[in-house]
Amino acid sequence: MTGRMIDPRSLSAFAAGALFGSGLLVSGMIDTRKVQGWLDFFGDWDPTLAFVLGGAVLPMFFVWRLAERRGVSLLGTPTPARSPVRFDRALVIGSVMFGAGWGLAGLCPGPALASFAIGGWGGALFCLAMVSGMVMAPTVAAWLQSRTTS
Amino acid sequence: MIATDWIWGTVGGLMIGAAAGLYLLVNGRIMGASGILGGLADGTGRETMGERLAFLFGTLVVPPLLVPLYHSVDTKITSNPVIIIVAGLLVGVGTRLANGCTSGHGVCGISRLAPRGIVSTLIYLMAGGATVLVFRQMLGVI
Repeated sequence: MTGRMIDPRSLSAFAAGALFGSGLLVSGMIDTRKVQGWLDFFGDWDPTLAFVLGGAVLPMFFVWRLAERRGVSLLGTPTPARSPVRFDRALVIGSVMFGAGWGLAGLCPGPALASFAIGGWGGALFCLAMVSGMVMAPTVAAWLQSRTTS
Repeated sequence: MIATDWIWGTVGGLMIGAAAGLYLLVNGRIMGASGILGGLADGTGRETMGERLAFLFGTLVVPPLLVPLYHSVDTKITSNPVIIIVAGLLVGVGTRLANGCTSGHGVCGISRLAPRGIVSTLIYLMAGGATVLVFRQMLGVI
């Protein structure tokens, strides 16, 4: 970011973040009741989230093909490599923990951030706990690893 | 679901997809909220701190500016601080262990037909469904 008034990489990241957060607001996904309604398969099921996910996945399907064919982004960064297909313990345990927290509060990281300034003290407290969890995660991962190898 | 919900859901979803496309095609990065934030939280993303901060700034600051266009915006989050803290910790630790959340594994992983993204999404959907089943339908606490 040095030497230039506006760094194109940061400008584009800001625009993406703004569009992402606005999409989450417009879609209704910052409403924790709607998200819990989507997960309430045995109650009053709310299918809205399927439309949100579908609307996001469809354009991205074609963007991925373009990005992988080009092999490099407009600003010269290589297209992220596919990670090796490994269904390790961290992926499974992490996904279970994430799903449980998502169901309990009706918030995942994106909507938690997008509603940080409008979610009252509850939303702010959630973000604080989430960031704390992210700080603790490497320690938890190391502990899991030590149990796997011993 | 109200009749217009699916329309706004689709419009918002397309905006999220456009954001992910922009971040991938211009910056060459996968748009995962937990990865972008988590890399700052644990210091692993120090080298790409500028674009991470710029992305998060956009996500944090722009949605509140749109709020006046709505009749009311209410996240309806529970007022139980214990549930909020436990849920936040689970989401924070879980998304970093799994290396992705609804945006990274869900939107970007499924659209790339990435096996880890698809498997993770199926697992967190089932875990979320089971949690709502137990804590709402059976215990009635959420």
